[in-house]
Amino acid sequence: MFLSLCPFDNLVCILLGISFTVWFTLLLVFIIVPAIFGVSFGIRRLYMKTLLKIFEWATLRIERGAKEKNHPLYKPYSNAIIAREPTSLEQEIKEIRRSGSNRDFDSASEFEMSDIFYFARRGVESIMDDEVTKRFSAEELESWNLLTRSNYNFHYISLRLTVLWGLGLLIRYGFLLPLRVTLAFTGVGLLVFLTSVIGLLPNGSLPAGENKPKNGGICVANHTSPIDVIILASDGCYAMVGQIHGGLMGVIQRSMVKACPHIWFERSEVKDRHLVAKRLSDHVEDKSKLPILIFPEGTCINNTSVMMFKKGSFEIGATVYPVAIKYDPRFGDAFWNSSKFGMVNYLLRMMSSWAIVCSVWYLPPMSREEGEDAVQFANRVKAAIARQGGLVDLLWDGGLKRGKVKDTFKEEQQKLYSKMLVGTQEDRSRS
Amino acid sequence: MGSRASTLLREEEIEEIKKETGFSHSQITRLYSRFTSLDKGENGTLSREDFQRIPELAINPLGDRIINAFFPEGEDQVNFRGFMRTLAHFRPIEDNEKNKNATTSEPLNSRTNKLLFAFRLYDLDRDDKISRDELLQVLRMMVGVNISDEQLGSIADRTIQEADTNGDNSISFNEFIKVLEKVDVEQKMSIRFLH
Repeated sequence: MFLSLCPFDNLVCILLGISFTVWFTLLLVFIIVPAIFGVSFGIRRLYMKTLLKIFEWATLRIERGAKEKNHPLYKPYSNAIIAREPTSLEQEIKEIRRSGSNRDFDSASEFEMSDIFYFARRGVESIMDDEVTKRFSAEELESWNLLTRSNYNFHYISLRLTVLWGLGLLIRYGFLLPLRVTLAFTGVGLLVFLTSVIGLLPNGSLPAGENKPKNGGICVANHTSPIDVIILASDGCYAMVGQIHGGLMGVIQRSMVKACPHIWFERSEVKDRHLVAKRLSDHVEDKSKLPILIFPEGTCINNTSVMMFKKGSFEIGATVYPVAIKYDPRFGDAFWNSSKFGMVNYLLRMMSSWAIVCSVWYLPPMSREEGEDAVQFANRVKAAIARQGGLVDLLWDGGLKRGKVKDTFKEEQQKLYSKMLVGTQEDRSRS
Repeated sequence: MGSRASTLLREEEIEEIKKETGFSHSQITRLYSRFTSLDKGENGTLSREDFQRIPELAINPLGDRIINAFFPEGEDQVNFRGFMRTLAHFRPIEDNEKNKNATTSEPLNSRTNKLLFAFRLYDLDRDDKISRDELLQVLRMMVGVNISDEQLGSIADRTIQEADTNGDNSISFNEFIKVLEKVDVEQKMSIRFLH
């Protein structure tokens, strides 16, 4: 039996050998080499156009399926589901009081039992829909992109659609995933090898494009996933700022340091804001060092909004180069929900999506103006990035993903309301 | 993510909730998606912590009272039915509902039931009366540290004086209704859906 397996074994070996060679040659010729030289075959555009046509068809079929069963379809709307008027506390409570009293003058009473309606309604509104918690989970799409993870209308999938989905599954896990895994391993291996080589070479100068961050500057961008870093790094050289990780990330971090100086922190150092600020400003003053890349939100947000920018990087006084990054969610959601998925799970999902498509805008540099403090400066930069990327500009802290909201906000509300009760006392004593 | 939301809610359940609360099919599926996204423990019920995780609710001075309204006496978990039943109080009153005759049981979003929701926010011990002490406590929640005890006390006294008709120094639900009879409760205690 052993003997009879041998020739078969040989055949298998030969076949495997051939397929590996073919695979790697294709990889090299079609992907790696063109990527190094910046040449494109136009395959990507064709791929995306085809995919979009298929997604449209899939969505139409689901809608048709739902209509046949006479059921309304679940349509996700990432914007508001309830009507919320932006009226202030004072205005609303005055309105409530006015409707309840038969007095003509402008609600001179200090307290009315109906005041509670304002708080009750606002509270229940936020239970039905709030601006913050939905930013920490993946955006819901209107059309289906043939990924199970983004489908909400399971019962309306016809046979044809299931077949298509199965085909998609095969392509994604059988072709795209292995392709990307191979690329990743090759890439990381090359990185570790090449950076050690580069570390031995003398310092070179950077290409300076329009609005591209220059030495001595700080590049800030909105944060959605680790891929942001890859995208920006592929388009320019930066000094990264971040915490030292263990494992694979740690290996990559350490090898990057050999090529150019980055600023990696121990976990304990991050808490010391002065230390961080000192290291950043030292780096920025040295004009031969690369521009720093920072994500001031401090955590990954789902790319529908920009949340509060931490003021640390805006206090240093260097020129800020804002960058807006917007992913097209139709092909694959790049958002890393770190409280739900670990790094490996995330990478797997990324590599088995259709594609990660993103737009990067380099905005004109900004500096802190006279009379502007760090927080105002940070908000100004945030507004510019939000405007360019078409994202919602929020004042809420991305740290709310994991932490509790500060009591000061509640105290503000209480103060506002107290003014309504007590303010009228002063008016009374005056008249 | 709400990805499995609409598949886990059966059609019969949706119909039952529709009858009980008056929400439409799509509104119910949307709110179910919301319910599951709040349910971090993924066990089909919400705890008080799940509500407190909503920042806008956490900064509401009466946030805890509102959260309490969702939990029946002595219970720590609320399921989707209970969730919807409480939210139903804030459904706008449609014109064709105003003329419903008294034989059908009162809808959850009637004017009286909206007022009852507000009344229960004041009535801390659920004894169907708002005592001076309870009124003081709720007032204190609303104003924080910005008003002195005496001032708050006099506000409470004045309010009870105006509302209390039977002289028991507390406000019953009927007295509460009387005080607010002119207020546009239908509009002020309603939340409109966009779709």
